[in-house]
Amino acid sequence: MSQSVPKTKTHVPDETENDLSIGESEHKTVGDYTAKEPIFQARNVNVYYADNHAIKDVSLDVGVNQVISLIGPSGCGKSTFIRCLNRMNDTIDSARITGEILLDGEDIYSREMDVVMLRARVGIVFQKPNPFPKSIFDNVAYGPRIHGLARNRAELDDIVQSSLERAGLWSEVKDRLTDPGTGLSGGQQQRLCIARTIAVGPEVILMDEPCSALDPIATARIEDLIDELKQNFAIVIVTHSMQQAARVSQRTAYFHLGYLAEVGDTNDIFTNPQHKLTEDYITGRFG
Amino acid sequence: MNPSTVFIALIGFSFLAFFVGRRKAVARQLASSGIKPHSLPGYHGGYVALWSVIPGLLLFTLWLIIKPVFIRAQVLANLPNEISVLPEGQLSLIYNDIRNLAEGNIVSSDPTVYVEAAAQQYINLTYISDLSLAVSVLVLVLVALAWSMRRVQPEMRARNKVEWAIQALLMCASTIAIFTTIGIFLSVLFESLRFFQRVPLFDFLFGLDWSPQTAIREDQVGSSGAFGAVPLFAGTLLISSIAMLVAVPVGLMSAIYLSEYASSKMRAIAKPLLEVLAGIPTVVYGYFAALTVAPLFRGMGENIGLTVSSESALGAGVVMGIMIIPFISSLSDDVLNAVPQALREGSFGLGATHSETIRLVLLPAALPGIVGGILLAVSRAIGETMIVVMAAGLAANLTINPFEAVTTVTVQIVTLLVGDQEFDSAKTLAAFALGLLLFLTTLILNIIALRVVRRYREQYE
Ligand SMILES: Nc1ncnc2c1ncn2[C@@H]1O[C@H](COP(=O)(O)OP(=O)(O)OP(=O)(O)O)[C@@H](O)[C@H]1O
Ligand SMILES: [Mg+2]
Repeated sequence: MSQSVPKTKTHVPDETENDLSIGESEHKTVGDYTAKEPIFQARNVNVYYADNHAIKDVSLDVGVNQVISLIGPSGCGKSTFIRCLNRMNDTIDSARITGEILLDGEDIYSREMDVVMLRARVGIVFQKPNPFPKSIFDNVAYGPRIHGLARNRAELDDIVQSSLERAGLWSEVKDRLTDPGTGLSGGQQQRLCIARTIAVGPEVILMDEPCSALDPIATARIEDLIDELKQNFAIVIVTHSMQQAARVSQRTAYFHLGYLAEVGDTNDIFTNPQHKLTEDYITGRFG
Repeated sequence: MNPSTVFIALIGFSFLAFFVGRRKAVARQLASSGIKPHSLPGYHGGYVALWSVIPGLLLFTLWLIIKPVFIRAQVLANLPNEISVLPEGQLSLIYNDIRNLAEGNIVSSDPTVYVEAAAQQYINLTYISDLSLAVSVLVLVLVALAWSMRRVQPEMRARNKVEWAIQALLMCASTIAIFTTIGIFLSVLFESLRFFQRVPLFDFLFGLDWSPQTAIREDQVGSSGAFGAVPLFAGTLLISSIAMLVAVPVGLMSAIYLSEYASSKMRAIAKPLLEVLAGIPTVVYGYFAALTVAPLFRGMGENIGLTVSSESALGAGVVMGIMIIPFISSLSDDVLNAVPQALREGSFGLGATHSETIRLVLLPAALPGIVGGILLAVSRAIGETMIVVMAAGLAANLTINPFEAVTTVTVQIVTLLVGDQEFDSAKTLAAFALGLLLFLTTLILNIIALRVVRRYREQYE
């Protein structure tokens, strides 16, 4: 499937590179952006919000049964990139995208693509929790209902319960499933949104900072969930926590000002970053 | 000194007080550079302006209320004995004469001596009271100014005081609507009570016959009048229902199209055009209903073998519905737009189609606003008169057949009041009873709708 030759370029750090800006030569991604068994293949993706060039020529694979984490300073385009993967950016009028993104070899931006089915296959957990103003139960049952995943009420109950259990929320809400989802705390809402997404049974899950409002216990719970999900699915996770990226992901991609600066095995990135910017970022010199 | 001059002077004075207060605050704050002043000089200015003028304004208002009562009492007390024992009605006429004479208006008859004397007294009293008003307001304002100026100190919390005054002002504004409603209700209520002394409440509420023609003179052959309101309310209900059947689906769907599907260009063109519908005078809609729509319906009815009368509930209702569309579409469009984009994305992100998202997420979230719009439209429909007069007729038929002529409550109120009946005849008073019933009906409708909304609303924050 993948035609492009993996590029590996060793970066030689030099003294002049202490500021955030990167020169022309630095636009090439350092490291191998392909995956052995890719489910997603993004090639030369550019995203513009009106005149703002938010993603610049990014090529990146997402492998099956793998977790890839996207890291990088705020505003570098991580959310924008994962929202391209299930065409969430279609809902933003000013957004324009060029390049190619293949899901199982099929161009998701082609005319034949069924966007609604695409989003059922590629679930997303948004950066800001956005529960529906419905009951907790109805929030989780929303996807299964519209896709007809349950034949009867008992099956629906099962799906709701197991989704909430896997998101680590069941014990907190099992006695008040009819309460509005918007009445939960921020962290609970975040887990509700995760439960809502996995209830549909997607093949790929895009998670945009899913643990930003969670305590360490709930975070550990979600990380367990990610481990469990990756047995069957692919996961893309955006995170600002280096430790989390190191714990849950097999590959890590470092974004910088819209460019994909470096991508590689998580172990390599964190122990031996090739790009000066990556090194600066993970050692906490900025970001 | 004319009272309106006093009022204008008061307003002008408040500006003066503002600048004086602010200047003092600036000066004081410069002088005491050590302490950080609590409020900005502008707030001190506002404080001085408000506190020096408000007592004067209050006195002014009080005087406006008391002056006529006081002068009347004085003037009447000085009238000769045989006149001041006259009944209240005649006394009022005489007093009117006195005032007219004093103010140089036309007087009903040649003034008698005592009227002339009283008019002179009226003039004197008015002069004295106006003068004393000016003087006392001036004194009050000066005292208040001195007092509030003394309080302008760096540590004075002028900001909080101004805040308090603003709050009080806002509260007054909001109570005006409430008091007006109460006032309207009471005035209608009293007239209605007089009506119910003549026509039993039961006959009015449940009577099936409406023919308010009563004999004006004893010897006339006119009927004694029947005041059963049921046909009118049935007619109102019929026409309003037809109107809502047209307006709600069309308005809601156009709102959904405009807010969810239309491109921004389309929106920019279509929305103002829709709102033009709301600006067309109802009389014009009336022509449209009577001259275009009603014949159209009659023709169509004949073609399929139905008898549609030329004045039909259908024609009036449909045109009224068209008139109401912009109310519903404009309001619903606004509330749909107010639903956070994140909710749409959440639904799309789970693989829902656009229409599923609208049906399952957006409409429930926007429901309170939409119901509010519909309610407004219902009250518009119930209150609409012109279209019905022109297109549905005056015949009080009790029917649910939309092809027949019916009449509505508001139309009857108008026809009852435009006749040259005595003001306290049963016919005229019936208008008030109808008004009261209409008022109560819409009130109950509103309460029910509020309940419904509270029950089903899905709140997003
Ligand atoms: N809806 C939008 N409309 C216009 N510009 C946008 C929009 N969303 C993002 N952008 C711009 O795109 C760029 C990348 O934003 P993005 O949200 O992808 O950053 P991010 O890496 O997710 O940041 P963070 O870590 O803070 O979430 C930013 O410059 C931002 O201003
Ligand atoms: Mg983001």
